[in-house]
Amino acid sequence: MAVIPLERKPLTLIERTYVPQIVAGLKTTLTHLLRPKETLEYPEQRPAIPAGYRGVPTLVKDPHGREKCVSCQLCEFVCPPKAIRITPGEIAPGAPTSHVEKAPQEFEIDMLRCIYCGMCQEVCPEEAIFLQNQFSMTGYTREEMVNNKARLYELGGTLPDQHHKWDKKKTAEEHGNDRH
Amino acid sequence: MIAPLKPDLITVNIDGKEIAVPKGTNAIEAARLVGVDVPYYCYHPKLSVVGNCRMCLIEIGMPAVDPATKTPIMDPATGKQKINWIPRPQIGCATNASPGLHIRTNTAQIKDCREGVMEFLLVNHPLDCPICDQAGECKLQEQSTGYGRGYSRYVEQKNFKPKRTQLGPRVMLDDERCILCSRCIRFCKEVVKDDVLGFIDRGSYSTLTCFPGKALENNYSLNTVDICPVGALTSTDFRFKMRVWFLKQTNSIDTESSVGANTVVWSREGVIYRITPRPNDGVNDTWMADTGRELFKAVRAPNRLTAVKLDGLDTSLEVALNSAGAILKAAGRTVALVGSGRSSVEEHSLARKLAETLGASTHMVSRIGEGDRMLISGDRNPNVRGALVVGLIKKLPTEKLTALGGAIDTGAVTVVVSLGEDLHAAGLTAAQLAKVKIIYLGTHADTTTKAAQVVVPTLTVFEKSGTLVNQQFRLQKFAKCVPGPAGATDDLAVLAKLVVTAGGTATLGDLPNVWASLATTVAGLAAISYATLPDTGLLLDSTPFASLPFCEGETFHYQPAATTATMKV
Repeated sequence: MAVIPLERKPLTLIERTYVPQIVAGLKTTLTHLLRPKETLEYPEQRPAIPAGYRGVPTLVKDPHGREKCVSCQLCEFVCPPKAIRITPGEIAPGAPTSHVEKAPQEFEIDMLRCIYCGMCQEVCPEEAIFLQNQFSMTGYTREEMVNNKARLYELGGTLPDQHHKWDKKKTAEEHGNDRH
Repeated sequence: MIAPLKPDLITVNIDGKEIAVPKGTNAIEAARLVGVDVPYYCYHPKLSVVGNCRMCLIEIGMPAVDPATKTPIMDPATGKQKINWIPRPQIGCATNASPGLHIRTNTAQIKDCREGVMEFLLVNHPLDCPICDQAGECKLQEQSTGYGRGYSRYVEQKNFKPKRTQLGPRVMLDDERCILCSRCIRFCKEVVKDDVLGFIDRGSYSTLTCFPGKALENNYSLNTVDICPVGALTSTDFRFKMRVWFLKQTNSIDTESSVGANTVVWSREGVIYRITPRPNDGVNDTWMADTGRELFKAVRAPNRLTAVKLDGLDTSLEVALNSAGAILKAAGRTVALVGSGRSSVEEHSLARKLAETLGASTHMVSRIGEGDRMLISGDRNPNVRGALVVGLIKKLPTEKLTALGGAIDTGAVTVVVSLGEDLHAAGLTAAQLAKVKIIYLGTHADTTTKAAQVVVPTLTVFEKSGTLVNQQFRLQKFAKCVPGPAGATDDLAVLAKLVVTAGGTATLGDLPNVWASLATTVAGLAAISYATLPDTGLLLDSTPFASLPFCEGETFHYQPAATTATMKV
C-alpha cells in the first residue's frame, strides 16, 4: 500500500499566539458559568424521584401501625430472580391484630438478586410491598445486602390505606350478625 | 357409597359423545370418562350422595317412545330418535346411568345455573385467600374461575361466623369459609363411625360444629381436612407453614403399619411439610390415619444419626466399613444379623446376602399393637412379608430376641449386625450388649448405638427409594422425597459394601442392580422391576406363606385368612 506523506500546514501568526483558542474556550466556560446548574451535589443533594419509580422493595405498615403483609408468599412465588424468602407465621391469639391470623415471621429480600422488576408490588393482594424512592443500596458484605423484615419496615414506613379491609373485618367480628 | 359396578355395560350420551359404562354409574364419573368436567363440591366418590351443593347441575333426557306402542319417536329434522329433555336441570351426583341416558353440560341454562350457584356460595365467603391455607388447592377458587361470573354484585355486609374454632387436637375450623357441603360430617359418620360433627342454625347462619361435649379427635380426623373443598377445615400442624404451590409431591408409603397406605409427601427444598393420602382402591381408598402424617418429623429429629462412628469416635465411612469387615471376618460363624421389619425389600435381599456370606443367623423384631380395623393393622412393621418373600427370615419375627440373648450368653454369637433395631429395647440386657461387638446401621440414636463398635448412619424412608410388601402381599413402591442429611449414606450402598468387606461377592448397591438380581434369585419377584411397578402396587403370590400365623386383624380391603379358620372352630 502506498504511503502518502502529508505536509503539516504551518500555523499563522495569530494561531501561534493561541489567543483565539483561549478566548473560544473561555467563552464556553463563561456561558456554562452563567447557565443554571445541571448537576447535583450528590450525595448531599438528592434528585427528585418521579412517581412510579421502582426503587428498593420495602414493606409498609397501615396508618394504625399494623403490618400489612400476611405472608401469602405470592411475591416469593412471582419473584423472577427468587430474591424473596418468607417464613410464614401465625399472629398470637391475644395480639390486637389477631383477627388477621397470619403475618411473616421473617421476610428477606436479597438485594444482590433483586432486579427491581416490581412484580412483587404488582402481585401483592394486601398492598404491603412497594418499590419506593430508595435507589442506592450499598454494603460491605453479602449479608448486609439482604434486607430482613425489620430493615424492610424501616425502609418502607407507613403508607395510606385505601381499603381498610381488616379494620372492616374486625368491626364486623365485634359487631356480630343481626341475629335472628 | 357407590354400589359395586355391575358388568352389564350400557351406552350413555354425554355432550354428544357416546360411552359405554356399567349400569348405575354416577353421571359425574361417566362424564369424567369422556373428559367432560362436571364441577361439584359435596359429591365424593367414597361417601354417600347428598346433593346439597347444587354445583353439578346437568340437563338429562331420555329417548322418546310412544307411550302406547312403545315404538321410538323419530325426530324428522335429524332422522334420529327424539330426546325428551327434562326442562329443569338435575344434579349429576344423584343421576345414575341408565340405557340411552342423554346428558348435556354445555348449554346456556347449565352455564347460568353454575354461575348462580357460585354466586350464592360466594355471598358469605370471606376474602381470606391470602391467609387461607387452602389457596392453591381450593375447589371454590378453581371453580369460581372456571364457572363463576367473574365479578361480585354483592354489596351488603357479609355474615360473621366463628373463626379459629379448634374442633379437635389436629383440626381447626373457620366457619366463615365453610360452604356446607357436609363431606366432613358424612366422613365421620360413614367411614370412621364417629358421629361428632353437625350443622346448627338455618339458612345463611348454618354453622358446622361439634356436638356438645364431643371433639373431632379420632385418628382419622385429618381426612376431613383433605376432603374439605374449601379452607374451612385446616390442619393445625400444617397451618400457616407453607403455601401448597411451592411443594413438590412425591409418592410414598405409610410405614406405620403393615397396611401400607399410599401417601403423597409434600416437600420444598429438602424439607417435608406434610403427608396426605394417595387414592388406591385396593388398599386405603382415599384415606389415611393421622398418626402416619406425623412420621416425617423423624427426619429432622434431634437424635438423628449423622456421623459415622468407630468405637465412639468420628471416622470416615470407608474406615468404618473396613473395620466392620474385619470384625465380621474375625468372628467366623458366630455372627447374628438382626434385620428390621421397617427395611425395604431391596435392603432385606442385601441383608440376606450378607447373612449368607457370613453364615449368620437371622433375627427380626416384631412390633405388635392393636389394629383399629381401618387403616392401622396389628403389625406395626411395614415390611415383614418383604423379608419372608426374599427369604431373609423363614418364620414370623418375635417380640423379644430371647433366642439371640441365649446364644450371646453361651458365646455362640460374638458379633451382632443390627439394621436399625434397638437391641436393648428388643430384650437384650446391657450385659449381653457389652459381651458382643455390635455393628449398627440405622437412622436414630438409641441405647444400641451407644454400645455399638461401628455406627453407620443411613436414610429414612423419605430419603430413599424402594419397595415394601404390605399385609395383602401387595408390593408397593416409595420414592425418594428429600435428600438425606450430610453424613448419612443410602442403606443399599452400605450393605453392598459391607457384603464385599465381609468377603462376599461384589454387588452394586443401587436399585436397578438389586432388582436385576432379585428377579433372578427370588421366584416370587421374577419379571418385576422397580421402574415398571405400578403406582398402585402389585399383588404377589401369598400361598407359600399361607401357613404362617400373621397377627393382623381385619382392616379395609383385608380379611385375614386366620379369622375364617378360627370361625369354623
